[in-house]
Amino acid sequence: MCIAIPGKVISLENNKAKVDFSGNTVTVNTGLVDPRPGQYVLVHAGCAIEVMEKEKAEELLEIFADLEDFR
Amino acid sequence: MRHMVQKQKVMKGKDPMRITMAHGGGGKDSADLMKNIFGKYFGNEILDKMEDAAVIDPFLLCDMENKKMGKLACSTDSFVVTPLEFPGGDIGKLCVCGTLNDLLMMGAKPLYITCGFIMEEGLETDLLERIVSSMAETAKEAGIKIIAGDTKVIEGSGGLYINTTGMGHVPNGRDISAANCRKGDKILLSGNLGEHHACILSARMEIENGIRSDCAFLSDVTETLLDAGINVRTMRDVTRGGLATVLNEIAESSCCEMVIREKDIPVSPDVKGLTDILGLDPMYMANEGKMIAVIPEEEAETALDSVKKTVHGKDAVIIGEVSEILKGSATSDTDARVKLITHLGGTRVLDMLYGEGLPRIC
Amino acid sequence: METATVIENLKNYDGPELKLMEVCGTHTASIFKSGIRSMISPAIKLISGPGCPVCVTPAAYIDKCAEYAMKKGHILLTFGDMMKVPGTDGSLSDLKGSGASAELMYSPFEAVERAAAHPETMFVVAAVGFETTAPAYALAIEDAKKRGIKNLKFITALKTIFPALSWICENQPDIDGFICPGHVSVIIGIRPYERLAAKYKKPFVIAGFEAEHILAVIYDIVNQIKKGEARAKNLYENAVREQGNIKALDIIKKYFEEGPAMWRGLGTIERSGLYLKKDSPFDAGSRGLDADIKLPGECRCGDVIVGRINPDECPMFAKGCRPDAPYGPCMVSGEGACGIWYRNRKL
Repeated sequence: MCIAIPGKVISLENNKAKVDFSGNTVTVNTGLVDPRPGQYVLVHAGCAIEVMEKEKAEELLEIFADLEDFR
Repeated sequence: MRHMVQKQKVMKGKDPMRITMAHGGGGKDSADLMKNIFGKYFGNEILDKMEDAAVIDPFLLCDMENKKMGKLACSTDSFVVTPLEFPGGDIGKLCVCGTLNDLLMMGAKPLYITCGFIMEEGLETDLLERIVSSMAETAKEAGIKIIAGDTKVIEGSGGLYINTTGMGHVPNGRDISAANCRKGDKILLSGNLGEHHACILSARMEIENGIRSDCAFLSDVTETLLDAGINVRTMRDVTRGGLATVLNEIAESSCCEMVIREKDIPVSPDVKGLTDILGLDPMYMANEGKMIAVIPEEEAETALDSVKKTVHGKDAVIIGEVSEILKGSATSDTDARVKLITHLGGTRVLDMLYGEGLPRIC
Repeated sequence: METATVIENLKNYDGPELKLMEVCGTHTASIFKSGIRSMISPAIKLISGPGCPVCVTPAAYIDKCAEYAMKKGHILLTFGDMMKVPGTDGSLSDLKGSGASAELMYSPFEAVERAAAHPETMFVVAAVGFETTAPAYALAIEDAKKRGIKNLKFITALKTIFPALSWICENQPDIDGFICPGHVSVIIGIRPYERLAAKYKKPFVIAGFEAEHILAVIYDIVNQIKKGEARAKNLYENAVREQGNIKALDIIKKYFEEGPAMWRGLGTIERSGLYLKKDSPFDAGSRGLDADIKLPGECRCGDVIVGRINPDECPMFAKGCRPDAPYGPCMVSGEGACGIWYRNRKL
């Protein structure tokens, strides 16, 4: 139901952050998360809803690694 | 979105001059406006006559050397973009390039353009002058003359709308049409998708980025193709509705199917980032300086090499081909004609745009 | 495992027919966008679920929004999703022609800023969504409260996924596994799915929205079923924590309470809606907006929403009902299940 995309935190101020999405800087509300500059946050409707463990490209490379063999 | 109309730059300490209803009255204020802004930038031997209509020598439409008449191409378009000025251009440059490109896509050499201005009260005259100057400069670069025009003033809050109509000469024997595609033809796209649309949205929503409109006239690309003797089937500029809509229109005219490869479709990272943020699809977003050309298979490589040497075609790429011509009785208009091979190797239909393509959360 | 192996295994699956539900409208869209259906065995049927606000919002809600949009001195703010959903007298987009002030917003925080900048106008937010968006509305309300903003209200059509999934499990027992919504799960974590998996003995696997995420989850669900397993799993660990986002869950509890909500196609489901607490000055009258338009004769939207049939099994699909000439609500906006399926129709 929910388009949310990861962006990189550039700077923090009060309960907001400047987040970069491939060259687009958007101000995002950080009331639900506690990120550091340089970390990736998942942003939905102008709100950061979680801090990402790793960068998306890296995550996708590993996504099939743990799948068990087909029975 | 009226509230997002561009904040007009106001000079500190000075009230800017603005258009009023008097400027549309036909009296002294109108005459002054004509002289000080339009006349200053738009002069040429036809317009300067200031007659009720421009009168043109039809032999200018002839190929005098070979004594062949050729044909007249004519196109009209109206421009209502806000903000009026944006990174990479303004409504003035846009209204010339847009109409020029429509002529160029038919293989015409553009000759003349007319312009009709509807100005809302409150429009800053400095802004109007910048736009008129931009139009004149673009027309000069393109080698075309502005031969007729009109201005009106209406109540409002500083908006501006411009219509341009262009005329050009299609040389005898040239037949470029969306109905011409044949099986095996390659589809060439001249560069990155979505730039203009992304730039306008960014300006309206104050999203900081480096995206610039790709507003430009494409004569370098079209002339390169035609001068090289390429048997271009059809050309279309990728404007409202985006690439997907243009491909569907051509496929319908030619009654054919097309296959396009997602991995070959160029989108710059910052435009992709913006479309991700807003939930939009670059395939449906407008450009103002990109085109597609359908080229016979055996000429495609040559065509691509030539186009890549031009300024506006340097990022050109072959994105797919015409896969089938549909025979027999007319196919239902609900049948899908354009197939996309996705990044992962799956396939899906690439339909034309339905509705407005609104940014979503879901 | 290599991508190619995963795809090959799914393409060559030759076991009994399986029905997997993509609960979330955004998953339906991603699956369509990446062409996944064309890459897997036709024996693995992916069916759309009710996680699509466009499809499940009843007309009464749109009518209430339209009422505000037509009021002098009011501006209705909405996400693009809701502009084309039909109310009794047309959609918000249709009504703009009759003078309705309905404008797009990109975040609820934008609504707060506009209200602050224009105290003479009453801004009403069409607050639609699931658990993913609810915390954003709550934060916006908190900000508005702190700044003493009085010209901002919300008409909520917020729903929660667990009751809907329970309803589906009770009423659609032929669904074999569930692709669970990644971003809702960021908020609620994995516990609700563990309860469902334990009770109904089916796999519930959380997926992100890239094609690779969805393929991995389809693979895992099919594999679990082959092995006779029925576990809840999180294959979106990059974003989803086991416990969800505690701050988000807390702020939802602070401003909202559960109540019954009407889901087109499913009916009223108890405790599946989130409403601003009684007497909240920010509520624009969100309770009881249950009445719906009568679905036209042959329309099977109700069955499509619960996954009883796929859109292309509706008699009207692509014949009397297309995005440019819609017959039923699931086709109207082009973002509902039928609109998405239409764009995935056979060449």
